[in-house]
Amino acid sequence: MQTIADLLIDWKVWDPLAHVIRALVPCVLIIHLVAVGALIFIWLERKISGRIQDRLGPTRVGGRFGWLQTLADGIKLIAKEDITPGDADAMLFRIAPYVSFAASFAAWLAMPFAVGWSALDINVAVFFVLAVLGLEVFGVILAGYASGSKWSLFGAMREAAQVVSYEVPLGLCVVIPVFICGTMNLTTIGEMQQGFFTNWLIFHDPFTFCIFWVYLTCGVASVNRAPFDLAEAESELVAGFHTEYSGLRWSFFFMAEYGSMLLVSALAVILFLGAWHGPIPIFSQFLGWSATEGAHPIQIYLASLVGCANLILKASLGVIVMIWVRWTLPRLRIDQVMTTCLKYCVPLASFCFLGALAWQAWLPKMTPARLPAPFGIDRGAVREAWVKKQVASEAVPPTPDNSVPATPDTELSKTPETSALPPSLTGRPVTEKRADVMARAGPFGREESP
Amino acid sequence: MTLAVEAIAWHQFFFVMFALLTCGFALGVLFSGNIVRMAFYLVLSLASSAGLFFLAGAEFVGAMQLMIYVGGTLVLLIFGVMLTAQDRFISLKTPAGEWVISLVIGGTLLSLLLAAAFRHEDWHTPNPEAAKQLTQSNAADTARLGLSLVGVRPDKLEDDKLTAGMSGYLFPFIIVSVHLLVVLVGAAYMARAKKRAATTAR
Repeated sequence: MQTIADLLIDWKVWDPLAHVIRALVPCVLIIHLVAVGALIFIWLERKISGRIQDRLGPTRVGGRFGWLQTLADGIKLIAKEDITPGDADAMLFRIAPYVSFAASFAAWLAMPFAVGWSALDINVAVFFVLAVLGLEVFGVILAGYASGSKWSLFGAMREAAQVVSYEVPLGLCVVIPVFICGTMNLTTIGEMQQGFFTNWLIFHDPFTFCIFWVYLTCGVASVNRAPFDLAEAESELVAGFHTEYSGLRWSFFFMAEYGSMLLVSALAVILFLGAWHGPIPIFSQFLGWSATEGAHPIQIYLASLVGCANLILKASLGVIVMIWVRWTLPRLRIDQVMTTCLKYCVPLASFCFLGALAWQAWLPKMTPARLPAPFGIDRGAVREAWVKKQVASEAVPPTPDNSVPATPDTELSKTPETSALPPSLTGRPVTEKRADVMARAGPFGREESP
Repeated sequence: MTLAVEAIAWHQFFFVMFALLTCGFALGVLFSGNIVRMAFYLVLSLASSAGLFFLAGAEFVGAMQLMIYVGGTLVLLIFGVMLTAQDRFISLKTPAGEWVISLVIGGTLLSLLLAAAFRHEDWHTPNPEAAKQLTQSNAADTARLGLSLVGVRPDKLEDDKLTAGMSGYLFPFIIVSVHLLVVLVGAAYMARAKKRAATTAR
């Protein structure tokens, strides 16, 4: 991403302007993903729900499948009057939808779409995404409180109770891939699942297979979707926390909801379902279009593009599953919601957590046949890396600049070869990104000993 | 790289922006009367200070700030609304005496902190080189934090103490978390007892 600024400066664009443009590009792309994603998913939801209920769904607007329906609805929403109830706390009432949307949007900043394709390459991306995702409920609570309506307040309180309690099993589920990979960097976690689909973490062991479904349940609950949509239970609370909203402000809540649905399933894809890798590694293995194979930057770019499409496709499938669940299952009562969380999800997650740890400890070689582990990190070996290091005199004292250390016994020493490639169109070798990622593998990479 | 020179100015710009936001919203907490608005400003203030951490390259601490402080304030807000607000949009009036006391205490603390901050030699002038090194080394920070929790201090590898003692923060950490658990159980118990008394009184 720095390359954009570099390129613009090379073109003699005024420096501050270049940096602003460089900052705006990922933001605009992500806003488009969230907003256009919402457009498409709302249309898809209406179509799918129609088919599930033996109806047609929207058919009129925009040709055959009514695919312009949401756009028409959007124009209608913009044209609607923006009403603030007389009883409301006006400032908080107005600001609440933006808080919700901003949280849903900000979490996307740390999500990688392919190697090096993220707005912010944060080392603790998983943690950041979870932390920010938890803030979305803040907008809902503000909306519920500031509306000055009992329906809204009830909805907000339900949502608060639900989201706060479901964060516990959600965190437990997310910790397992982090443990297996030994990093909180989403890019590294994604790259570790390179190769055939048997390398995906969901197929790592029976416990991760279990935990994926627990994660999906908790994810649905944490984005407040049916069967956990108590906060907007139409039959009891009119529309819950957004009862008093109309027009564009109301649609911001919907964009936030669909944005975080996509986010939760994209996180599931990165953590469990092979991230940007397809089920068959056409680009990285058969064609050799990857940085480690010394491919041309354009080839790497194309491979990343396909990877990005892969990720979005898989995430969309996750959203479709959520829609399918919504129109299949009836809404739970609040006590059933809490029972699901405390009596099923938390114990299951804890059990799978211990099981996955035990699997890692005793049966690291039982994992399905896989291609060579990237970064020179054997998945099972991460655990022991730091323990061995302390007594040994060969321990590398940590250099403050964390440059790639030249320890001969790790795969990391291969990076200098790969970085001597022709620069890409964007002015900077893409392989450097790869080297960054490798360097970010941190002490595990360099301390691993055979 | 041409970016390095420019990046400093941007760094300062964002530092001042986040600092102003933090202080501004903190003042908002002080001067607003509504409890929910106070909590809202508090959340914004804490989130801006998380922005300061991100700016300093301490991503883990920043995310931690978001998770614990901002999320914690959220729960506080929920309880504030649920348990204290009898009427809607209740507003709290601070008596003049409390203003005076809090000004004295706050002023003392502020002057103490300022004196300590200005006495620190390294903080007199900006040191871009050190900052650069820090931000570049942050890749391993999470790992280092985790390691030092269980007693492995990669930053003190030169000392021989490590192999002998390996004293980490795991034990204090566990103690603190058990303590918090006790507090939580106690809070739940108290909330429950109140409800029971109310039902028996009826």
